[in-house]
Amino acid sequence: MKGFLQIHDPLKPKGHAVGIDLGTTNSLVAAVINGKPTSLAADEGDERLLPSVVHYAQNGGVLVGKRAVELLATAPTDTIKSVKRFMGKSLGDLETKKLGAYQFVEGQGVVRFQVAGGQPVTPIEVSGEILRTLKRRAESAFAGKVEQAVITVPAYFDDGQRQATKDAGRLAGLEVLRLLNEPTAAALAYGLDKNAQGTFAVYDLGGGTFDISILELVDGVFQVKSVGGDSALGGDDFDRAIVQRALEAFGITEPSNTQIAQLLQAGRAAKERLTELPESSLTLDGRVFSFTRADFDGWIAPLLQKTGVAVRRALKDAGLTPADIKGVVLVGGSTRVPAVRSYVEALFGKPPLADIDPDQVVALGAAIQADLLTNADRQDEVLLLDVIPLSLGLETMGGVVEKLIHRNSAIPTAQGQVFTTFQDGQTGMDIHVVQGERELVQDSRSLARFRLSGIPSMPAGMGRVQVTFSIDADGILSVKAKEQTTGVEQAITVKPTHGLTDEEVEQMLLDSIEHGEDDMQRRQLAEQQVEATRVLADARKQLRENGDLLDPEERKRFELGVEALEALAQSTTDHASLKNAIHELDEQARPFVERIMNRAISKAAVGHTIESF
Amino acid sequence: MTAEASATFIAPNPNALPTGKPTGKGIGIDDSAVGRLKKLLAERNTPNAGLRIAVKGGGCSGLAYHMEWAEEARPRDKTFERDGVRVFIDPKSYLYLMGTELIFEETIMASGFKLRNPNEKSACGCGDSFSV
Repeated sequence: MKGFLQIHDPLKPKGHAVGIDLGTTNSLVAAVINGKPTSLAADEGDERLLPSVVHYAQNGGVLVGKRAVELLATAPTDTIKSVKRFMGKSLGDLETKKLGAYQFVEGQGVVRFQVAGGQPVTPIEVSGEILRTLKRRAESAFAGKVEQAVITVPAYFDDGQRQATKDAGRLAGLEVLRLLNEPTAAALAYGLDKNAQGTFAVYDLGGGTFDISILELVDGVFQVKSVGGDSALGGDDFDRAIVQRALEAFGITEPSNTQIAQLLQAGRAAKERLTELPESSLTLDGRVFSFTRADFDGWIAPLLQKTGVAVRRALKDAGLTPADIKGVVLVGGSTRVPAVRSYVEALFGKPPLADIDPDQVVALGAAIQADLLTNADRQDEVLLLDVIPLSLGLETMGGVVEKLIHRNSAIPTAQGQVFTTFQDGQTGMDIHVVQGERELVQDSRSLARFRLSGIPSMPAGMGRVQVTFSIDADGILSVKAKEQTTGVEQAITVKPTHGLTDEEVEQMLLDSIEHGEDDMQRRQLAEQQVEATRVLADARKQLRENGDLLDPEERKRFELGVEALEALAQSTTDHASLKNAIHELDEQARPFVERIMNRAISKAAVGHTIESF
Repeated sequence: MTAEASATFIAPNPNALPTGKPTGKGIGIDDSAVGRLKKLLAERNTPNAGLRIAVKGGGCSGLAYHMEWAEEARPRDKTFERDGVRVFIDPKSYLYLMGTELIFEETIMASGFKLRNPNEKSACGCGDSFSV
């Protein structure tokens, strides 16, 4: 089901708007305060990341975050973690049940969890609890109401998952200003949108997932070119690599669950110390396991190579090479590991952007977007620069416009079409580039004109010219015409928007709508006039060359038909009647055409006989 | 046919259809939307205000709808009226909204406003983002 639109009230005093990173493992809320994007801490301490874990208690109470994490071991089916993986999923999705050992209930096409203290809950409701906690956190930071939010979603989320995220926001009492792609949010946090253009990569290595996104910036708007990744690869695998080596070193072959849990915790702490120090160690039951950064780098090298494969695939999908990437943004706590940074640097051939806390960068970008959307000064920005405002085409016979690139096409773009010659022996073609939505050249804006000469002399319709229109990211149009048999070509470059104001663009569009039906009539008439001209020329040629095939009366009747069509073509404004007249002359000519064909065949047969004997 | 045009000598493509232009004209407001807007405006104590519909860049599908109450039309706005309910649209947004109908939908589960925009090529599940 598609969501509904909300009516905003500009007179109502607005609460603060926040940006929310609703993550699989952790969530975070941020806002722009005094012009600076800032993450908001929980009231009980300096902890900014809220674990995305929700516990439902027997008494109907709900715990979110750290306190819910503590109950994961004792009440696993009443404590939902990684709910993001369930968003927009039904139990029918075979993979769903593998995502966690919960008591699933199917209802109205969505998955539900049977938890303690009441009715089954949906992933939307669980996410709503996380968002509500973040909203409260923001409200206590501001000591005021928070009613609007930008929430981030993975670039690969489908419509159902996005709708579910939006519903979770509403459930938490938030007006969702916008859903923003996570990689785009990270790019915004670094202000990459202030570049004129460019292609960027966002390398997101979290606790349990890896995502790579290739973004293209065209005039301030980010477009996702390609995405890739591994939904089971992250910092947790780094921890497991350490635990495995520690177990080997301690000679433990069958560790208890407690030992594994202790080692994972100690391993993670040891890993984090390695970010600053060349050496680290962990202890288990009084025994010490020491390792160097070089040891650790060696252990995780195969994991990093897996990310490299995904990166290269994403680049290939976008038709790019690492050299095309203008900047790389690091997201996710695991990108703090020095080996990850140097691996990314080697992968792209340039140091990644890493100044902003990789755990916070997505929420900070969302906060910037929320601020932009609610800042009154920017409300009137209705910039649509990533599409061409008016169609581009060329003139064909009869002054008819053939559009090659349509209005609203995203740029850069390229379109080609093959055009044929109209006259026997035609050796040149005038390419007249026009702009606008109207059907006839006289109503369009003329942009450029050039002539392609050197077309070999051929019957009408046989000369084939490939015309290509391409627009680059700066909106510059290149038109190339290439004759297909000789390869002779000619090109021109223009800036279609040069000298056009927004008002003129609007006026041209409004004119095209106002004259829409009328234009179609005129276009069809022009097309039929061209067709009549072609048919008349052909009829006269055949009368000249093969007129002897008709007896005098037939000839007289056919000539009258030709004259009648010519008179109608010059006088009528009704394309349908002209089309009928053309058809009638065609019918009338049929016996004539048959005789011409027979003559041609017997001529060919004669030629054949001479040649064969 | 002008002399200038015939100098072009490019055979027209008989299969070409004119496309790429906004579909439809004007803005429609359906009965239930009129009724609902009247009620909401009365509740807001501004029975003479109107509804502004705009299209903004951004959103998950490139463009996003925005609706807000407006006391008056702005100078270059286009105003559409039905049964005393006014809708204001700035000229730029109008280019993306031509032929759109504002509807109010009520189902057992939920109710709310929607825009039925013939220019939409794809819409996002979030409801207010689309592309043309």
